[in-house]
Amino acid sequence: MARLFWAELVKTFLKKRTYLGFLIALVVVPLIELAMASEGEFFIRRVMRNLANDFLILGNLFNGWTVAYQVMNALWIHVPLLITFVAGDMLSGEATAGTYRLMLIKPVSRTKILLAKALATLLYVVVFIAFLAALSVGLALALLGSGDLVVFQRGLLILAEADVAWRFMVAYLLALAPMFTIASIAFCFSSFVENAIGPIVATMGVIIVFTIITVMSLEAFEAVRPYLFTTHMVVWQKAFEDPVNWHAITASLLNLAFYTGAALLGAWAVFTRKDILS
Amino acid sequence: MPPRTSGSSGILECSGNLDTVSFSMPDPILVTRKLGKRFGKRWAVRNVDLAVQRGDIFGFLGPNGAGKSTTIRMVLSLIRPTEGDVHLFGHSLRSERSAALRRVGGIVERPDFYLYLSAIRNLELVGALTGGVHRHRIDEVLDLVGLLSRGRDLVKTYSHGMKQRLGIAQALLTDPELVVLDEPTNGLDPQGMKEVRELIRSLAHDRQKTIILSSHLLHEVELVANRMAIIHQGELAVQGSVKELLEGAGSAVMVGASPLRTAAAVCRRHRAVRSVEVNEADLRVAIDTKAVPHLVASLVRAKVRVTMVRPVRSLEEYFLSITEQAQGT
Ligand SMILES: Nc1ncnc2c1ncn2[C@@H]1O[C@H](COP(=O)(O)OP(=O)(O)OP(=O)(O)O)[C@@H](O)[C@H]1O
Ligand SMILES: [Mg+2]
Repeated sequence: MARLFWAELVKTFLKKRTYLGFLIALVVVPLIELAMASEGEFFIRRVMRNLANDFLILGNLFNGWTVAYQVMNALWIHVPLLITFVAGDMLSGEATAGTYRLMLIKPVSRTKILLAKALATLLYVVVFIAFLAALSVGLALALLGSGDLVVFQRGLLILAEADVAWRFMVAYLLALAPMFTIASIAFCFSSFVENAIGPIVATMGVIIVFTIITVMSLEAFEAVRPYLFTTHMVVWQKAFEDPVNWHAITASLLNLAFYTGAALLGAWAVFTRKDILS
Repeated sequence: MPPRTSGSSGILECSGNLDTVSFSMPDPILVTRKLGKRFGKRWAVRNVDLAVQRGDIFGFLGPNGAGKSTTIRMVLSLIRPTEGDVHLFGHSLRSERSAALRRVGGIVERPDFYLYLSAIRNLELVGALTGGVHRHRIDEVLDLVGLLSRGRDLVKTYSHGMKQRLGIAQALLTDPELVVLDEPTNGLDPQGMKEVRELIRSLAHDRQKTIILSSHLLHEVELVANRMAIIHQGELAVQGSVKELLEGAGSAVMVGASPLRTAAAVCRRHRAVRSVEVNEADLRVAIDTKAVPHLVASLVRAKVRVTMVRPVRSLEEYFLSITEQAQGT
């Protein structure tokens, strides 16, 4: 099993496609952060929706943490797309390349191969999110230094400088969960087809439809909303509440785990029965 | 040459000198029973009963679309039979897949690899599926197919023929007893075809491998195989020893005679002769077997010295007659 996993890592991490997400992050994150930095104090006033006029602000609220938080807010809907590029190719890529015919004639069960591939996909997600975290937080702190964090969610919340670092850690760890879910859904679609376009489009389609239901305040959608994974995609924001609502976080994680498990199970059901005709 | 069973008679065969008498029993390595695959409403393969014995070079012959690749995909567990089962080394593919495939290697259709990786890396990845292979072994199989010096190059940079050879290297990686090759000479130049043929012979003779070789090139099978099956429109038309099938009916004879020109002229004039092919030292005369004595008498009357008359039946004619026959029904 370790060898199978190693083989999947070699295939994944020597492929150019894998680095597309990294490359885009490397362009977009500095771009946003430099733009924010150049706006300076005006930016923070806009974030605070002119509330700043009514407050006497002591100390430096425009700092690296605030910018890093804003970046996270801006990117969480786009990162899934980058992840589907890799996850959607995981199985279908072998069909496209014709390499299923190399792999699946060996005396090793398809279940094990699928497991190795799923693990490689999840590891890719971890590496990519870790990279995003290091890049966005690291660069923001390097540009603007540390300070108190202004969060504007259900109201204005100012978190003391000493109370912030661990929240970012937790937030990025929590952000892994929805990304696992999305990767697993793309992985599942990937088991059906012979190229990566389908899984990418289908996964984004599911996200868009679910997000619409989640965001639109319609009576009819009210009942299903708590069960959609898109409702829980922002679970990471809960790390910036005070006090942190661990109950709500657990509920969100359970929902995401359910979707992840179902998608992987679906991939397994398809893959182990699939006729290889590519 | 090692002793090998011939035909499907199942009779014990004995060979070698007095103190090293060896017996070889029919020892089926691959058996398929009522194997069938349906795509939608069409049966691509139906009722295929193959039996490949240990030591065979088994030619699996059929025109395009006959069902060779579909059968091989079922044998290598890429697709699930609609009916029937495959037994490899006595293990059912349906119920003991891993055990059945343990001593099998192969290639199916186009030789595809991870193009963005080197040949060595590709073989490492294939090896990882079966618990890993030593680098030494990788070099060995690359050497065997003449790719050792190109092992570090990306497969992207390989020609089709090189990929085909890498496919064979891949099939041999775990030193399997049964090697299944689906059209291994497809797309090769004549020199490449010859090399692959020689490789197949040496695998069978020097390394005691059993080989299944599919082809739509009759010539190919005729040159290397000792047993064969012909599949047509998804069903087996015939199966048996190449030699026996060839001798089944002599509808042509090789005639050695001098002077050859006169002999050719006499043959052409003979009523029962369908065609005459003049080779360097002999003639190939297509003729009904019953008319051969009469032809010989005519040659003698024409003062031709007849040195040899040998019935032949090329697989090609056989193949054509079989496929035409199958088309007729
Ligand atoms: N995925 C598929 N869906 C439907 N029919 C298929 C599929 N694959 C193969 N077939 C049909 O099965 C039959 C056998 O095809 P197969 O590829 O096994 O032939 P083959 O003997 O390998 O031919 P070739 O010499 O061209 O490689 C053909 O009639 C083909 O149309
Ligand atoms: Mg074929």
